[in-house]
Amino acid sequence: MIRIGGFLIGIGFTVVVLWSFAVGAYNFATEEKVGAAEYEFHKKPKDVSFEHDGAFGKWDTAQLQRGYQVYKEVCAACHSLKFVAFRDLADLGYNEDEVKALAAEWTVPGIDQDTGEAITRPGTPVDYFPSPYPNDIAAAAGNNNAIPPDLSLMTKARANGTAYVYSLLTGYGEPSEELKAKYPDFSTPPGLSFNEYFPNLNLAMAQPIVIDDQVTYADGTAATVDQMSKDVSAFLAWTAEPTLIERKQSGWPVLGFLLFATILAFFAKKQIWSAAKPKKAE
Amino acid sequence: MSFPWAREYQPTNGLMKFFDEKLPLPRLVYNAVGAGYPVPRNLSYFWNFGVLAGFFLMVQIVTGVVLAMHYAANSEVAFFQVEHIMRDVNWGWLMRYAHANGAHFFFIVVYFHIFRGLFYSSYKAPREMIWLLGVVIFLLMMATAFMGYVLPWGQMSFWGAKVITGLFGAIPLVGEPLQVWLVGGYAPDNAALNRFFSLHFLLPFVILGVVILHVWALHIPGSSNPTGVEVKKESDTLPFHPYYTAKDGFGLGVALILYLGLVFFLPNILGHPDNYIEANPLATPAHILPEWYFFPFYAILRAFTVDFILSAKLWGVLAMFASILVWFFLPWLDKSPVRSGHYRPMFRKFFWFGLIPCMVVLFICGGAPAEEPYVMLSQIATAYYFLHFLVFLPLISSIEKPEPLPYSITEAVLGTDEDAKLPASDAAKA
Amino acid sequence: MADTTGTATPDTAMDHGEDGVRRRDFINIAAVSAAGVGGASVLIPLISQMAPSQDVLAESSTEVDVSAIEPGQAIKAIFRKQPLFVKRLTDEEIEAANAVAVDSLRDAQSLNDRTLEGHRDILVTMGVCTHLGCVPLGAAEGEVKGEYGGYFCPCHGSHYDTAGRIRKGPAPTNLEVPEYAFTSETVIQVG
Repeated sequence: MIRIGGFLIGIGFTVVVLWSFAVGAYNFATEEKVGAAEYEFHKKPKDVSFEHDGAFGKWDTAQLQRGYQVYKEVCAACHSLKFVAFRDLADLGYNEDEVKALAAEWTVPGIDQDTGEAITRPGTPVDYFPSPYPNDIAAAAGNNNAIPPDLSLMTKARANGTAYVYSLLTGYGEPSEELKAKYPDFSTPPGLSFNEYFPNLNLAMAQPIVIDDQVTYADGTAATVDQMSKDVSAFLAWTAEPTLIERKQSGWPVLGFLLFATILAFFAKKQIWSAAKPKKAE
Repeated sequence: MSFPWAREYQPTNGLMKFFDEKLPLPRLVYNAVGAGYPVPRNLSYFWNFGVLAGFFLMVQIVTGVVLAMHYAANSEVAFFQVEHIMRDVNWGWLMRYAHANGAHFFFIVVYFHIFRGLFYSSYKAPREMIWLLGVVIFLLMMATAFMGYVLPWGQMSFWGAKVITGLFGAIPLVGEPLQVWLVGGYAPDNAALNRFFSLHFLLPFVILGVVILHVWALHIPGSSNPTGVEVKKESDTLPFHPYYTAKDGFGLGVALILYLGLVFFLPNILGHPDNYIEANPLATPAHILPEWYFFPFYAILRAFTVDFILSAKLWGVLAMFASILVWFFLPWLDKSPVRSGHYRPMFRKFFWFGLIPCMVVLFICGGAPAEEPYVMLSQIATAYYFLHFLVFLPLISSIEKPEPLPYSITEAVLGTDEDAKLPASDAAKA
Repeated sequence: MADTTGTATPDTAMDHGEDGVRRRDFINIAAVSAAGVGGASVLIPLISQMAPSQDVLAESSTEVDVSAIEPGQAIKAIFRKQPLFVKRLTDEEIEAANAVAVDSLRDAQSLNDRTLEGHRDILVTMGVCTHLGCVPLGAAEGEVKGEYGGYFCPCHGSHYDTAGRIRKGPAPTNLEVPEYAFTSETVIQVG
């Protein structure tokens, strides 16, 4: 009974799915294929390497400090960093007093201790980075309806994220001749910017890092567009996962110990099984 | 239960004797995974995965309980709480990555475990109950994993919850109210998040209970083995301890190296970047995907694209559930008296050149965007999937000529077995 | 965490053969010990995850402006998620506190031990009864101050004097004075 029922059900599902297949195949064969510029001309992120890459990577704290400066002076006008607290900046190589001073440079929402009114006050290490907009509606209204995303986790929220951020920042330009030739109708809508590293090629964010020396680095590093983009990408890799280096560094002793223990376990197993094996006939 | 030559537990000291008289837990352990459990001596490394699955269940329970100490099931703060765990809680990043990747490894080892069961027909009499309980465990795992994935309240969490609960909307008549009831609203929000958290905490313990039944049922006929020939006598077996504890210990070491290698160095490789974006009910990610372990079932769901008496959506849902439910009937669909695929030439061909490629295609298509050629490929693979289990397997078992089996496990391992030369009636006595 | 090798005892592996027993012993004991060490080290993260997290530790200092406190008044602030009493003592209260023979107290401390040089009138204590952790009364206007004019814990009737010292009742020690310092003439930083 089970086998007859199963047979009928099996044939049933097969017929229905093959009918779907037939219809799909017919449509696939007869329909005109419409290509789209974004499929063909969207590029994968550039190859770029950072000090923190790889199993033995370390933070380049000088670079992170520069990246923090770029975030503060350029990105922070529109993008929040709401999962990061000022106290976390200690990871960048700042001491306690420096962290306090850095936090005090920001203005965060607070409460008047006497009247209870909403006020703004200088940040303290325990505060989180403030959002440039009071809410999403204000953010959308101020940015042509495109809400600038929070950057705390950006490099983890995109495939190959650190390289993606770097590529996006340095990827602004004009559509290539090839694209124009193939898709003459393609145009970037007003208010958007062409960027071949963005999935649909048209990015709501105008080029943020435009010219060399847009920020002035304290450590004397030449602030080229490329350098600033790289620095802020590294900084965002840190904001996305401050425990990255701690994680990799604690991984090695764990794996080393496991390897040792597993080799021991292998020989113990061999030793124990040797009692069972020799009986094997010649 | 067990074989007459199984060793008897002997308490070695007064305390153990006390326990053995009042609450014979040491005896239970001894008979379950100790020297008192005789196991076929020819088990291959494919038999390691059961113990590994149990291990990863424990990893998930321990890390999960720890994470629950820091998490808050509220859609306003859930995403932030997960970041709090990652950034501020001592070793929180380790706990979370161990839990997320523990889920991946739990499924990896369970898939190997199922694969072994399918190839060696471990579902056949007298082990039907073990198999049925195993399928129940797998279903519970899927439910638990799905609800756990919702908890971080990222984009994939939210849209996964929305799409999967949306499947219930396909059920005629009751579908829509059922869907609203399931999520406690018109779209997943606080109510859904809270009930998923509650159930996600509960279900692992239910799984643990069913696992205990699964192991209990296993100890009645004893373990299967690669020849599929039942144990006949003592020389066919070895005590579980120390032989298989040692072997499982080594296997566990290898599994841990792979698992912790991923946890420490590539913890996000099996996850999806979109889940690091906070849930946004107003914007669907470009490609919504379940976690990789659901890909084959997701591919089957999406393979039905054309209405045929019933709506395509309903067909997809039915087929997806049927694709797992069919496993419940395997013991009665495959009637071949031979268990092991090693001695079944026709079954073996269909297995390696039919089912395995079919599963590979379903895995790939389930993770691919819903466009050609993936849809057409998944349709062919879906058709094969149902044909394999419901049509081919019963047919093969009636027309196939199995290859000669070894007389006993002893013969398979040692090359000869003296009892094989005796008349059958004497051999049974030996 | 469940560990299958953890259940292995090396001696049971010794059932077969007499030769090489020593070497077998060694490798099995080593393997089982390694499993034990591995299992034990898992406890490190499992235990330390329950200790205060970074955000909690970061909040462990509080600044209080004491300029607005009138003599005889106290304010309640929050320090490490617990009430903190900051009180400006009147001359009479200081006198009363100094009049007590220190040796006769359950927890022998003078007022000078409990205040800072130059600010003897500012008494900073935790608002946590040392008996079982209730918040004593006496900080807010109109609250019962107890028999010794300081604080009174209503839970089990502990009386503290004007210097916050335990005088009567079950509490074992004086109200705790947290570590603090004046960052300016009017502002103290606690913690």
